[in-house]
Amino acid sequence: MIVAKQKPIDEIIKMVADCGKILVLGCNECVTVCEAGGKKEVGVLASALRMYFLNQGKEVVVDEHTLERQCDHEYLEEIRDIADKYDAILSLACGVGIQFTAEKYHDRPVYPGVNTCFLGATEQRGVWAERCQACGSCILAETGGICPVSRCAKRVMNGPCGGSSNGKCEISKDVDCAWQLIVDRLKALGRLDDYEKVMPLKDWSTDRAGGPRKVTKEEVMD
Amino acid sequence: MRLEYPANVKIIRVPCTGKVDVLHLLRALEKGADGACVIGCMEGSCYFKGGNYRARKRVEQAAKILDSIGVGGQRVRMYNLSSGEGTLFAQYANEFTEHIRALGPNPIKKAGKKAA
Repeated sequence: MIVAKQKPIDEIIKMVADCGKILVLGCNECVTVCEAGGKKEVGVLASALRMYFLNQGKEVVVDEHTLERQCDHEYLEEIRDIADKYDAILSLACGVGIQFTAEKYHDRPVYPGVNTCFLGATEQRGVWAERCQACGSCILAETGGICPVSRCAKRVMNGPCGGSSNGKCEISKDVDCAWQLIVDRLKALGRLDDYEKVMPLKDWSTDRAGGPRKVTKEEVMD
Repeated sequence: MRLEYPANVKIIRVPCTGKVDVLHLLRALEKGADGACVIGCMEGSCYFKGGNYRARKRVEQAAKILDSIGVGGQRVRMYNLSSGEGTLFAQYANEFTEHIRALGPNPIKKAGKKAA
């Protein structure tokens, strides 16, 4: 999922300080799972904003709405009739949802209520960790299902580097050395011989460095 | 045992304090309560394992939010007691009422009246 983290409330307040009518717009997908922008977080933020503005003596309307997804046309259409009523839409979706909402409602200011962090998994309740950098050319088959692109600080393709010690990365004792994990996993799979193979140069043209990317699937296109 | 506690304390019963969400606490304040306290079982004695620990964390989260918007995090608090401790309940109800009285009325309520 896409992992996001809610922005500090004072930063959010600064963005919407001059608005008279605000729609806090949540998303039922990834940001709900990482507890940053689902229906509950929308409720908490909207309640906090209402109290803040009341305390400041300002009459500001803060409404709540949560869409199934903010990254799809059909769900975003749901607010077509109400979007015009607001001075600002405060989106708690990931960066994708925020931008898609802004594209769809071109004349409405759309502000981000979260910082979008990475593609990750729930390690435990309240702990999310990065697992993929969407490099566009997956090498997990060679590395025993552990990604050196997202989990190695240096993105080393033939690791580990000299900074690996006792299974941890030199950048922090809390970060596992991805290549230690890869070696351990290849051993468990009985594929340790594969570790001896030198990885060819990775095709980085599919990574972000090639500019904004697009995926098309012609057979399902209208 | 004829125990007294302040008449202004409104009790909302929940199956377990683990049911109490940060949103419930914020909404209570937003609707004009001067304070809200959660009274859960003794730590380590939760019938549902850890509901009271969850509640404590949520009270702390609500307090942080209330501090950041200038309403005051001291207006929410967590107490623990065993269900047989009626005397302690009355004591906590009195203590919390005094604590809130010292803080004064909920600023939201005052501001709301002014706006109206």
